[in-house]
Amino acid sequence: MASYSTNEFKGGLKIMLDGDPHTIVENEFVKPGKGQAFNRTRVRNLKTGRVVEKTFKSGDSVEAADVVDTDMQYLYSDGEFWHFMDPSSYEQLAAGKAAVGEADVWLKEQDMCEVTLWNGEPLSITPPNFVELKITETDPGLRGDTATGGTKPAHMETGAVVKVPLFIEEGELIKIDTRTGEYVSRVK
Amino acid sequence: MSRGATTDPNIESFRVLPASPSGQADTASHFLHTSPEFAMKRLLCAGAGDIYQVCSVFRSGEAGVSHNPEFQMLEWYRLGMTTLQLMGDIEGLLADCISALQVEFPEYSFDHTGFFRIRYYDLLHELTGFSRNSLSTDAIRQFLQERGIDCPLDGSESLDTWLDFLMSLVVMPQLPSRRFTFVYDYPATQASLANIYESADGPVADRFELFFGQTELANGFFELTDGIEQEQRFISDINIRKRQNQASVPYDRHLIEALKSGLPECSGVAIGVDRLHQVFSGRSSLVDVLNFPVGRA
Repeated sequence: MASYSTNEFKGGLKIMLDGDPHTIVENEFVKPGKGQAFNRTRVRNLKTGRVVEKTFKSGDSVEAADVVDTDMQYLYSDGEFWHFMDPSSYEQLAAGKAAVGEADVWLKEQDMCEVTLWNGEPLSITPPNFVELKITETDPGLRGDTATGGTKPAHMETGAVVKVPLFIEEGELIKIDTRTGEYVSRVK
Repeated sequence: MSRGATTDPNIESFRVLPASPSGQADTASHFLHTSPEFAMKRLLCAGAGDIYQVCSVFRSGEAGVSHNPEFQMLEWYRLGMTTLQLMGDIEGLLADCISALQVEFPEYSFDHTGFFRIRYYDLLHELTGFSRNSLSTDAIRQFLQERGIDCPLDGSESLDTWLDFLMSLVVMPQLPSRRFTFVYDYPATQASLANIYESADGPVADRFELFFGQTELANGFFELTDGIEQEQRFISDINIRKRQNQASVPYDRHLIEALKSGLPECSGVAIGVDRLHQVFSGRSSLVDVLNFPVGRA
């Protein structure tokens, strides 16, 4: 079984704690000039997203979590599962709601996503940083109003609701930053 | 380089080997010093008098926000001084550094709330409620559990390891920022190379540490002059290393010989120069003041 020593600790390292995969968010080496050294860390539970403080005795080993990030193409959802495909091997896998979480409103068929696998099973889905989505419903546009800076809600083809400038029309394609859920620009 | 290494189980030396084995003479490995203490004490035994040194020292495995495996140390010894007098010496040096910086850079200002001295057990009592007699691994474990503080220790460790945890992760983070705090009279079991003396409430190590805010800057001793006791402490360290499956290291026999020939009564202190630089320049990380920290060395 692979393991990491505390001196390999760094942000992003994936380790097993209490049976769940975690990622190290912060790692601080704490040591008095004379005395026992410790690694004080903050770790995120990759299943629940919860961040907790965890302290290790320096030199101790921790089991590595078999967690890998892979780029996969989103194919479709059957209502219960979201299906992804590895574009090089054409291998497919299905992710449930627990793994997809809030990402479902940014998933557009054919887009490439980051699928995080734990022991080969999907653990979480990260949509592309920017997606281009079509507006299916919004109030009529105020043509030429590019100055007032006002916004209105717009419904996307995937179900997401995004605040857009007043001049944007129904049926238009817009670019959105999925990390903030904010409108970026029109797509011509 | 030295044939002897530090035996302290919490400090790991670098072992130096030639890149390619050449002549016969250098087949035995040497170690990089983790502080200049052993060599300087040999000079003191030879009658050098008050001495100081600024040099690079090396500690394997120590890297982080406040640590780098190679760092600069200022170490000095004063014959006939007690640790309390030596603390005054340090205060004088730091005050001089601050004024010198102000002369050099007229717009430089360094806010600090002065110097403060507190005994180890008093500090522990003030910030955790533990009295010296109430300390045990079980009591510390319960204290941490009640406060929801995650602790990696399982009970097989010594009380000193539990105290290290309590001091490093509970007590030190509560030290007032911008204050120079001397913590002195350490537990006798953490004497290292310091003399142990009988205080009003039991034996303590005549040792101190200096912090600025939460940053440890210096460690000082009223030096143990008894070569036989020092040798026993080295051997006891080596036995602890064996039990903990750590690298076996030879102790410095030259130092023991020198101590047996006679070390004058003296106090000595080592200051981390890069840490001092960090504090005086108001940086939050040691890496900010190093030209080439280990990751880019």
